[in-house]
Amino acid sequence: MTVRTVTLPDATVQHSGPSFAENEVIERIKAFRKRRPRLIDEIITMSHGAGGKSSAALVDAVFVEGFRNEQLVQLGDGAVLTLPSGERLAFSTDSFVVQPLRFPGGSIGHLAVHGTVNDLAMAGARPSWLSAAFVLEEGFKISELQEIVADMAAAALAAGVQIVTGDTKVVPTGAADGLFITTAGVGVIPAGRRLAADRVQAGDKVVISGYIGDHGMAVMLARESLELEADICSDTASVSDLVQTMLAAAPSTRWMRDPTRGGVGTVCNELAQVTGLGIVLDERVLPVRPAVHGACEMLGIDPLYVANEGKFLAVLDPAETDAALAAMRAHPLGGDAVVIGEITDKIGATVALRTQFGGTRIVDMLVGDPLPRIC
Amino acid sequence: MRFVDEFRDPAAARLLLAAIEDMADPSAPDAEHFKFMEVCGGHTHTIYRHGLEHVLPRNVELVHGPGCPVCVIPMGRVDDAMWLAEQPDVIFTSFGDMMRVPGSKGSLLEAKARGADVRFVYSPLDALKLAVDNPTKKVVFFAVGFETTAPSTAVTLIRARELGVTNFSVFSNHVTIVPPLKAILDSPDMRLSGFLGPGHVSTVVGNRPYRFVPEVYGKPIVVAGFEPLDILASVAMLLRQIREGRCEVENQYGRVVREDGNPAALSLMAQVFELRPHFEWRGLGFISQSGLRLNADFAAWDTERLYDMPGIRVADPKACQCGEVLKGVLKPWECKVFGTACTPETPIGTCMVSPEGACAAYYNFGRMHRDAAQLVGQSGA
Repeated sequence: MTVRTVTLPDATVQHSGPSFAENEVIERIKAFRKRRPRLIDEIITMSHGAGGKSSAALVDAVFVEGFRNEQLVQLGDGAVLTLPSGERLAFSTDSFVVQPLRFPGGSIGHLAVHGTVNDLAMAGARPSWLSAAFVLEEGFKISELQEIVADMAAAALAAGVQIVTGDTKVVPTGAADGLFITTAGVGVIPAGRRLAADRVQAGDKVVISGYIGDHGMAVMLARESLELEADICSDTASVSDLVQTMLAAAPSTRWMRDPTRGGVGTVCNELAQVTGLGIVLDERVLPVRPAVHGACEMLGIDPLYVANEGKFLAVLDPAETDAALAAMRAHPLGGDAVVIGEITDKIGATVALRTQFGGTRIVDMLVGDPLPRIC
Repeated sequence: MRFVDEFRDPAAARLLLAAIEDMADPSAPDAEHFKFMEVCGGHTHTIYRHGLEHVLPRNVELVHGPGCPVCVIPMGRVDDAMWLAEQPDVIFTSFGDMMRVPGSKGSLLEAKARGADVRFVYSPLDALKLAVDNPTKKVVFFAVGFETTAPSTAVTLIRARELGVTNFSVFSNHVTIVPPLKAILDSPDMRLSGFLGPGHVSTVVGNRPYRFVPEVYGKPIVVAGFEPLDILASVAMLLRQIREGRCEVENQYGRVVREDGNPAALSLMAQVFELRPHFEWRGLGFISQSGLRLNADFAAWDTERLYDMPGIRVADPKACQCGEVLKGVLKPWECKVFGTACTPETPIGTCMVSPEGACAAYYNFGRMHRDAAQLVGQSGA
């Protein structure tokens, strides 16, 4: 797309592009948005769990306020802890409340292992040990529990981790929805490896390890109220091995994050806020499967905000990008890895998407759960 | 994806943009300023989501119209919906994007968090199914939308009558598109060059209802689809009409919209609905003959007859200028509270809630300097 430079013959002519006043408004909003989101709600709504601005406000106002310490305030997916010996551990936890418990491509058991394993991998660690705590609803079938546990065991074996401790609680009918699982995990970070947002710089490349939106759409379509037939499977998988492969080829990798709840759009916004840098994504190369694209179009949902459970986003040194992609593509889980964007210092802490037409739009944080549009 | 990708082809877009540039001729010494209103929220959403505003010539301006079904629901109706949701044994059902619309006492999402049984559905038939599956509950469907969604509400009501379902009712807030268009054309502060006409509504009503736009008001109108190329093609068609000295109703969305619309859908609507003498639109006030209610044959399924709702009219918040935005008089960012007091997380007005609302679309997608946007558009990351 070539960019027109148009000289306006008459300065008083109104036009569709920003006038002076619009630019002022944009600046005012930018200043306003630099404030962290404020918690104004009196009760918990589903928005607080959706991973967008409401979640951030809740975490800030309640959890960070209550537990404040050096590790927590970094708000990573996992904490990085240094032992007296100098070795560093990554430590992470996650709860799983998905409905339905089983969906095309996996179950809550797979998610419970992969979620925590992937969080550890994102900190640069080799995941080693997991704990698992179960909240079971009275009346839940033991055979179903056994199936879910078998899924967890298989996922742990494949990811190279052991589930070494656990807990079980039973609550009366109605006090839980079948079962909830919480896992926590630890892994050792190899010496010399440091992944952190402060290492990200303009010109770095943003890589996604494969197709986006599969998990979120698979679960959404598996919910009974949606009678849409599409062949979409969750991507739930441990990315730990793929991460080690990539890091071996790209040792200067700056930062990684798995785009689970809130999707790629949310993760990019979090990175932009922490670094103060902009991210430009290119719509033409975003890997979205046709079935996911179609289902998203029908529901009015943007695949950029749909959850993934077996993908990660990495910010790479441009000099190592080709080597990283070659290594990833040779791995069974990384065949579709691709550069989707670039870090820039030209647009402030904004995430922008270059559309297929050379048009441009902002990719903002989601406010709450994505709600399907009427028409 | 078939039926989507062919309407997002960048090469075709470049051809259309070149034609638009040629006809708009922005560098001519006496370049005319073209101001086209896109009637539907769906158009607005596409324009911002695909960054079309910044690729059009500077003298082609798109202003946003009233066709956002969520945006036009007044506060008092949302309050009534919340009241209904809080009645004993009621399962209150709604389309997803009504859930966050603020009334004077919060939104349905908040009512749900406080314990009301509020569920979102994809179709009114899902709500009817809930009624069949829950015979001890009373299921209310919050019907909103223009002629696009009214036929599916009508089908559902006819089905409810056939099945003899008595625990189901419809809270009708359906509206029609022509009256607000007339109101906008009558408004002295609007100087429009033409309209991108509503696509989905026209699949039902056809093209004929818009003849008054060229015939009475002398403005061209092109019924437009919702894909990026549809918008660009429609802008080109409007410019061509103007350049050729024509002024008529044209149909760009011919793959979906028939001249006569959908007679079956219209007949279903006629069986179920009747025009209200007047209906309140958020920001626009009362517009006569603009709302649909259930007729006497369907009284047994009419929420408004079954429940003694408060029905209190609530004035729009003073700071809110949604009405001016819905009429295209103000751009979203020209509203006093835009982006500061009124944001998608803390919306004051409806235009900030629905993804089709002009303010939400601009806030979420469009909020960029033209130069920064063009920089991003050309750089090759």
